[in-house]
Amino acid sequence: MSENGLKYAFFLGCTTPVRVMQYEAATRKVAAKLGIELVDLPDFGCCGFPTEKVSHEAFLALAARNLAVAEEKGLDVCTMCTACAGALAKVVHELRDEKKRARINELLKGTGRQVKGTVRVYHISRVLFEKVGIEKLKAAVTKPMDMLKIAPHEGCHYTQPHEIFDGFDDPIRPKTLKALIEATGAKVVDYMNYRQCCGGDLLAVTEQTPGEMVHEKMENMKKAGADAMVLQCPFCDIMYDEFQRTVEEKFSAEYKIPVLFLPQLLGMAMGMGQKELGLNKNAVKTKALCEKAKVEK
Amino acid sequence: MATEEVIEVDKLDKGFKYEIAKEPGGENIMYCFQCGTCTAACPVSPLKESFNPRRIIYMALLGMKDAVLSDEFVWYCSGCYACQERCPQGVNITYLMVAIRNIAYKEGKGLQAYKEVVKKVAAKGWLNEIGEFDNEMRQKMGLPVIEQKGEEPDKVLKASGAKKLAGGE
Repeated sequence: MSENGLKYAFFLGCTTPVRVMQYEAATRKVAAKLGIELVDLPDFGCCGFPTEKVSHEAFLALAARNLAVAEEKGLDVCTMCTACAGALAKVVHELRDEKKRARINELLKGTGRQVKGTVRVYHISRVLFEKVGIEKLKAAVTKPMDMLKIAPHEGCHYTQPHEIFDGFDDPIRPKTLKALIEATGAKVVDYMNYRQCCGGDLLAVTEQTPGEMVHEKMENMKKAGADAMVLQCPFCDIMYDEFQRTVEEKFSAEYKIPVLFLPQLLGMAMGMGQKELGLNKNAVKTKALCEKAKVEK
Repeated sequence: MATEEVIEVDKLDKGFKYEIAKEPGGENIMYCFQCGTCTAACPVSPLKESFNPRRIIYMALLGMKDAVLSDEFVWYCSGCYACQERCPQGVNITYLMVAIRNIAYKEGKGLQAYKEVVKKVAAKGWLNEIGEFDNEMRQKMGLPVIEQKGEEPDKVLKASGAKKLAGGE
């Protein structure tokens, strides 16, 4: 057990550990510094979210299988992905219904696992806000990021649908990510349509509509004078960071807005270096930003 | 944009709304009173005219089953919950879109792309494959090596019938 009793089963999800390893690296570093113990469980697999469009029951059972794995270890779950957090938390919510729990366990029979619904699921940012707390975070800041203006993006599944998050944060006007950003000393900038979805879930259907959605938000962030965008979901990150160049070309636009994961910004404020936080792995160059914020190599 | 469209009453499937209401997520479809808050909140609707949640719900309530299941608009919901969180009637529109899509797969009208997703998860246990190269990269970054296990997710996808719906067995 860590010094402050914060110990979680670390649910990586499918996207972070292969496409945005810098998010995982920064999260592990920041968590270690704050005394959060993250335990890797090799039996975790897909959270179920990607299969829900085909079959709601498949989604429930896949998510429940992961919950069963965590239950066997007696650990609550912490994830970096808002889609994973939303999917797993939704099933925790549904498992409260005895009939649904029985049906899910029927589907799990072949795996040799059964689920009770006793563990809780938290996104890493929720752990930072609720369990570590803003005051402790502020105390860990050695290099205030007060020279930076940050455009926040929570991701839809961080607080919605509200009934699965037990009243954590306001579903439509969330405050916790902004508070976490401000804990680093950075200034949060408002921009038009800031709560709009990244559109990532439409990529299998079309690139046109999500491209337009990304374009609109990047333009609005630019108008607001943001030095960087801060987000907390690997899917959103792919849309705004990895595809930023593509969208710029498509719309003959230039945004050049670096996209950071929240733990990268927190790490910067805790005096960690660029390489340590994987800032060199971000698609949009972070060099100028790091110079402005005097982040060591 | 107003387009003239004739709805032939004898071609409607009046049981469609009940079918949706029986599907998980579709339970509250009949609470809809057509206020249009969903469409006003939708980030996709202004960019894709045919994706109009209020209209889709109305079509479903009328019984326009073929039109709802065959049109591409069903696949344009980004699942963001903006409509669901604002709906004054508790229709749970994001869940409803999932229910309609699930019916589309049962009727053989589901999008191929998501069938491939199910097959991938059944094969590897994860949506993305983590290969040798990825694990090398991970080690260089000081991250633990990941060994993917597909066996249990495959069993779950079989038991739920999703693998069959995806054409994977």
